[in-house]
Amino acid sequence: MAKAPEAPKFIGSPIKRRDDPRLIQGLAHYVDDIQLPDTLHLAIVRSPYGSAAIKGVDTSKAEEAPGVVAVYTAADLAGKIGPVPVAGLVPDAKVPTQPILASDQAKFAGEPVAAVVADSRYGASDAANLIEVDYEARDAVVDLEKAALPGSPKVHDEYDDNIAFKWQLAAGDVDKGLKEADVVVKQRIVNGRVAPIALEPRGVVAHYLPGEDKMTIWTSTQVPHKVRTFVAGQIGMNENRVRVITPEVGGGFGSKLNIYREEALTAYITRELGLPVKWIESRSENFLATIHGRGQVGEVEMGLMKDGTVTTVRYKVLADCGAYYQLLTVAIFTLTGLMLPGPYKIQNVDTDVTGVFTNKIATDAYRGAGRPEATYVLERMMDIAAAELGMDPAELRRKNFPDKSEFPFPTAAGLSYDSGDYHLTLDKALENADYADMRREQEEGRKNGRYLGVGLSTYVEICGMGPSAAMGGQGWESARVRVEPGGKVTVFSGASPHGQGQETTFAQIVADGLGVPVEDVEVIHGDTDSVPFGVGTFGSRGTAVGGAAVVIARDKVRDKMAKFAAMKFEAAASDIDFAGGKVFVGSAPEKSADFAEIAAMAYTAVPLPPDTEPGLEETHFFEPPNFTFPFGAHVVLVEVDPETGVVKILRYIAVDDVGNIINPLLVEGQIHGGIAQGTGQALEEEMLYDSGGQPINASLMHYALPKSTLLPRMELESTVTPTDVNPLGAKGVGEAGTIGSTPAVVNAVIDALSPFGVRHIDMPVRPERIWRATAEKRA
Amino acid sequence: MEISLSINGGVRSFDVEPRTLLVHLLRDEAGLTGTHIACETTTCGACTVLMDGQAVKSCTVLAVQADGAEVTTIEGLAENGKLHPLQEQFWEKHGLQCGFCTPGMILTAAQLLERNSDPSEEEIRHGIEGNLCRCTGYEHIVDAIQAAAADMKK
Repeated sequence: MAKAPEAPKFIGSPIKRRDDPRLIQGLAHYVDDIQLPDTLHLAIVRSPYGSAAIKGVDTSKAEEAPGVVAVYTAADLAGKIGPVPVAGLVPDAKVPTQPILASDQAKFAGEPVAAVVADSRYGASDAANLIEVDYEARDAVVDLEKAALPGSPKVHDEYDDNIAFKWQLAAGDVDKGLKEADVVVKQRIVNGRVAPIALEPRGVVAHYLPGEDKMTIWTSTQVPHKVRTFVAGQIGMNENRVRVITPEVGGGFGSKLNIYREEALTAYITRELGLPVKWIESRSENFLATIHGRGQVGEVEMGLMKDGTVTTVRYKVLADCGAYYQLLTVAIFTLTGLMLPGPYKIQNVDTDVTGVFTNKIATDAYRGAGRPEATYVLERMMDIAAAELGMDPAELRRKNFPDKSEFPFPTAAGLSYDSGDYHLTLDKALENADYADMRREQEEGRKNGRYLGVGLSTYVEICGMGPSAAMGGQGWESARVRVEPGGKVTVFSGASPHGQGQETTFAQIVADGLGVPVEDVEVIHGDTDSVPFGVGTFGSRGTAVGGAAVVIARDKVRDKMAKFAAMKFEAAASDIDFAGGKVFVGSAPEKSADFAEIAAMAYTAVPLPPDTEPGLEETHFFEPPNFTFPFGAHVVLVEVDPETGVVKILRYIAVDDVGNIINPLLVEGQIHGGIAQGTGQALEEEMLYDSGGQPINASLMHYALPKSTLLPRMELESTVTPTDVNPLGAKGVGEAGTIGSTPAVVNAVIDALSPFGVRHIDMPVRPERIWRATAEKRA
Repeated sequence: MEISLSINGGVRSFDVEPRTLLVHLLRDEAGLTGTHIACETTTCGACTVLMDGQAVKSCTVLAVQADGAEVTTIEGLAENGKLHPLQEQFWEKHGLQCGFCTPGMILTAAQLLERNSDPSEEEIRHGIEGNLCRCTGYEHIVDAIQAAAADMKK
């Protein structure tokens, strides 16, 4: 084995992102920026009803409208395009077939009913308005709890009821644990539906070349190879005739970890019509027809001993599936069960999930995906229990952590937490917060009618997704590293970053290992004709799994390069070193050549070292042996005005441990964004529906996305507990902020309201809810 | 309708439908796709451009309203290949992740600094309140605008 340079030069440095110059100058290409000649534009007619029978669709006026090329209804597509794919199911789940266009019944507001293709964006939209659909409204199934009751109107006539699936993960003895507990606390807790709102809506451009029998699909996705496999199957093409390109992707947050109706539809139409076809989602369509997150209503019971030992948690939960599953709808709820014990040594756990169909768009992966739900439930209960026991909430948490010596730590839910020091992150967070001072200030304030609240959350998350066996397949990630004949290096990654910055971090990883400048490394991703078959970016896996593949592919190339250098210098390959753009003999550094010279040797291939192929290009598919488990502690100080219900966040302190850090600047950015997103759910964000299943806040005028004034400057610190799950020791950071922040913020608000006897308010903790909760005591 | 406007310093003429939005003119007719569309309701600011020096949300400005105006888009902010200090500092401070809000955010910040060359953090946060970012939590954006303000005073 060749040696790596001793001190990493780039890994661990806050290097500026290499993708930024094109983004800050408006020169990057998102899907809508792909402008091919003669492009046709697709507009979709969507159901305005949550539930309605479709009695007829009259397309005649639209067909005669100027510029219209084609109009499609369900009848036109019958047998032509396969249904939307689903994966990650549990046994005995009812699996409704999700068509591309609704035929006899529309099952959620926003469901596609017809499609119009015209030669201009405005023309397609005009013609869509001319399509007359004869709907007969039905009783919509909107409320999750009512939907689960016998006798509820049904989403799907073909089933007996709205129960989609049942799934349970139980360990230990929950009944006994609750019976023997000194204290049992109970609470009904709602995790409302939220909209992911990637700032770039979805979009697809598809172009079929009949001569070559080649389909190219540009789509705003996190999973290009999954789109390729599934869409090829849906439209009956061989997947090796389909190329999927994710150009710039303007955020995903899980919402683009999916295969949507419009992808196969756009691809089908370009093959029918022989011209490029473009569909760009409007924001209102994005609210209606792109997946939502969360959507759980549960009853929680927690059993504790007098000394604060938490023995038992039971979470009996209704899960809002929407009308049809999207790719991972069901699987997300199972992650909640795996996460339920959290960072605590809880021995008896029971997550009992009942999936329920409702007349809404599906829920699916949204930043954190199942884990924030568990963390929120657990952290709310920890505060409720602390109040019941008269213990400090920090002390209660500390009491239940495993010690750092207990890692790898086996959990009751069946996972093995790789590494951790939960006491350390909590202690540092409390120290950075001046926790004791905060409490004193709170006491003082209350005397003067000022209501401060201190909220904590300590969390662990399941990241680096994940071992294939635990993921139901495809948990690995791929990378290919090529040293070019001229000495530059190209990385082809199967991951599909969409804002995370792996064009930079992967270059850092490779530059260090090969001793070349970071500028010499180019990272290619998101093009299925260029990169090795890949899985994609989600579940905090881009670096922890995708980066690990890069490391190993890089090392394979380095070992091969060392053979050429060894031949040149008549030295042992194990004595070859790489640094400063040179390849040299470690024990005789005067024997040295430019990196590019050795690279060229491998391609000239005259002579070749023994048993060595020409070229310098190596691929690795990294299969992680376990998930990774980042963790941390967040502390929030809020001030609540009980008269108006307005919450002001005064301080936000977070100490997160995501293992080894490749680029601290980017890690900080991920945590900032995650905290804002989780705070949004805590205080502002929730999809609301009328009784007919029509969303009433499906625009950014009405859905409260966090603004620049929501949060104060965040006080962040990282501790570093590496993982041995991958060669980088990195655990992943994409979801940490979202998981830690939601409960910390809600806990702070509830803590502020404790003088009013408030024990719990459901999210989003909006002013009106606070005002109502405090009404009695204020009067 | 025939309209004529200056885009990033060059005068151009177009024949547009009266209902054409400025953002569609810029993107689809002028080929300047750096101006993004993300809400269509004047809420998110991704489509912000400067029109006669004023930051406007081009998804709710009609192209005909821009007749005779001087419009600056993100593509026109760098001068002679040199990045504007805001562009430099968004890069330096990691003021962007997915980049979709960035052009509008930078142009809004440009107007903010035009009006107030030394804004406090609170003034910056208030000044960019009409621009939404889902990725960054805004903190690095605030840092970038502060740093650019300092650079521009040098």
